[in-house]
Amino acid sequence: MIAIGRDRERDREPMNIVVCVKQIPDPAEPGALSPDTHTLVRTGKLILDDSDRYGVEVGLQLAEQAGGDVICVSMAPGEEVSGLRSALAMGAARAILVSDDALGGTDALGTAKVLAAAIRTAEADLVIAATESTDGYTGTTPVQVAELLGLPSISFARKVVLDGSTVRADRQTESGYDEVEVGLPAVVTVTAGVVEPRYPSFKGIMAARSKPLDIVGLSDLGIDPAEVGPAGSRQEILSVVPAESRSAGEIVVDEGDGYQRIVAFLEELKVV
Amino acid sequence: MDRIWVVVEPVSGEPAGGELSPISLELLSGARELAGQVQAVTWGDAEALAGEAGAYGATTLWTAGDLGGGLPGPAVAAGIAGALGAVPPDEQPEAILVPHDYDGRDVAARLSVRLDRPVLTNVVGLEAGGSEGGDGALVSEHAVFGGAEVVKAHFTGAAPGLFVVRSKTFAASPGDGSPAEVRKLEVGDLGRTGEARIVANHVEAQEGPRLDQAPVVVSGGRGLGGAEGYAMVEELARLLGGAPGASRAIVDAGWVPYSHQVGQTGKTVKPTVYVAAGISGATQHLVGMKGSQHIVAINKDPEAPIFQIADLGIVGDVNQVLPKLIEALKQR
Repeated sequence: MIAIGRDRERDREPMNIVVCVKQIPDPAEPGALSPDTHTLVRTGKLILDDSDRYGVEVGLQLAEQAGGDVICVSMAPGEEVSGLRSALAMGAARAILVSDDALGGTDALGTAKVLAAAIRTAEADLVIAATESTDGYTGTTPVQVAELLGLPSISFARKVVLDGSTVRADRQTESGYDEVEVGLPAVVTVTAGVVEPRYPSFKGIMAARSKPLDIVGLSDLGIDPAEVGPAGSRQEILSVVPAESRSAGEIVVDEGDGYQRIVAFLEELKVV
Repeated sequence: MDRIWVVVEPVSGEPAGGELSPISLELLSGARELAGQVQAVTWGDAEALAGEAGAYGATTLWTAGDLGGGLPGPAVAAGIAGALGAVPPDEQPEAILVPHDYDGRDVAARLSVRLDRPVLTNVVGLEAGGSEGGDGALVSEHAVFGGAEVVKAHFTGAAPGLFVVRSKTFAASPGDGSPAEVRKLEVGDLGRTGEARIVANHVEAQEGPRLDQAPVVVSGGRGLGGAEGYAMVEELARLLGGAPGASRAIVDAGWVPYSHQVGQTGKTVKPTVYVAAGISGATQHLVGMKGSQHIVAINKDPEAPIFQIADLGIVGDVNQVLPKLIEALKQR
């Protein structure tokens, strides 16, 4: 049931480490939902999701240790590549972008189908992704990719080590963490903070401009447009309403006695 | 709504098992209100969990059994898919509720592929669809933009709908049901998907109440200035009988472990009192704590968004305010 990857005997060859990245609207800009479709408005330049910089860094470190390349895979409208260029500038060897007009309004499962198809073309030994994106927070796509590819997964990894053809990871749990191990190929999702992402060097930024970046469409991947987009998502936003708002209470500038106000407030609530 | 299935989890780190996690009990309680019949799905020692599952409303407790060190995701998803293939059409669940946590999201993601059904995650409210839902299917609520707006959504395709529900969406309340009937799921051959193995389990020492259950939460942010400043947050939490929390910024910076994180990517908390110390109030953070009954915020920046939802806001340096506050509380 090995759906992707190479034969284990060939493991002396350089590894292919695929990192799934998302290009998102700058979170510093205020977000908005389209009044017609209720989907997230994606106008303007997209940037590399900050949580994906951790995945790229983990991929680069493992590739440097084990010998291999990082290949970034992304899906975005309008042949948007600026976020992928950021990942290439960090050190990824090449990138694959899936861009197709039919993909607007695609949900997490549809996205996973597209990414899985693109990852198949990259002969991945290891697939790395963030646990969730900073704009959508669905948090299921990477493990959906694993299931589609017939691969095991370790989600919520806060430490990742490669030992030959085995990946070992510390996986977050409610009460601490588990040490989990699995053979390659596999999918691993990493939490932010797992490593310190490198900043692209000037040399890296220059080199990124000439690195291979393949832009492919649905037909290149053999995906039926009916499986993606709004039709494929089989869910619908009914309404967007303002939440019950909390009103601001009393705001006091600390003149050295601010703590007394807090004590009095806690006393009033009988917390102390 | 006639039938809902709920994925429930044994408390991790309990060698003997026998207890369901708080979010499992919340989901069972919510499902009981929404549907005429509730069945639950779990793994591990189901016989030990059947009493609790039944008390909270499940008539049947399906189990994937002993996972032999495997992660729950692949086995539970395969088991549910198998069971749905075997039960008659008039016994099919219309919705499956899954906890929004580490194992729950793995189960939901793999089940989504197995059934070829979409998922709705980050659910913070669930109601029987009336005029809006049209066909009586469930309508889910999702907080967006830091909880400033609520999106209502529903599934338009074939049942069951997969809803991944955040903690504190429902209040846990036991009913008077008798123990659930335990039934075995046929997991079948998982191929490579089930190969990941847990080789060691680490429980991190934790004093005081759990973050998501504490009556008081004191959270620290970047305004503390450095990792050493977090000791004040821990001390204040201890003095108030609460739990220390953190913003994503200082977790990412490595000052405190991820298990302390409050917010979209961390825990949802709804304590009696929430103290935000040196936290500006990014939307990421607000969505995890704005359900608190009372909010106290301390921040240098008078424009910080946290002040817009605080009942008491102190514009000042946490490194000045917290030591005095701790000292005053110690004197009492």
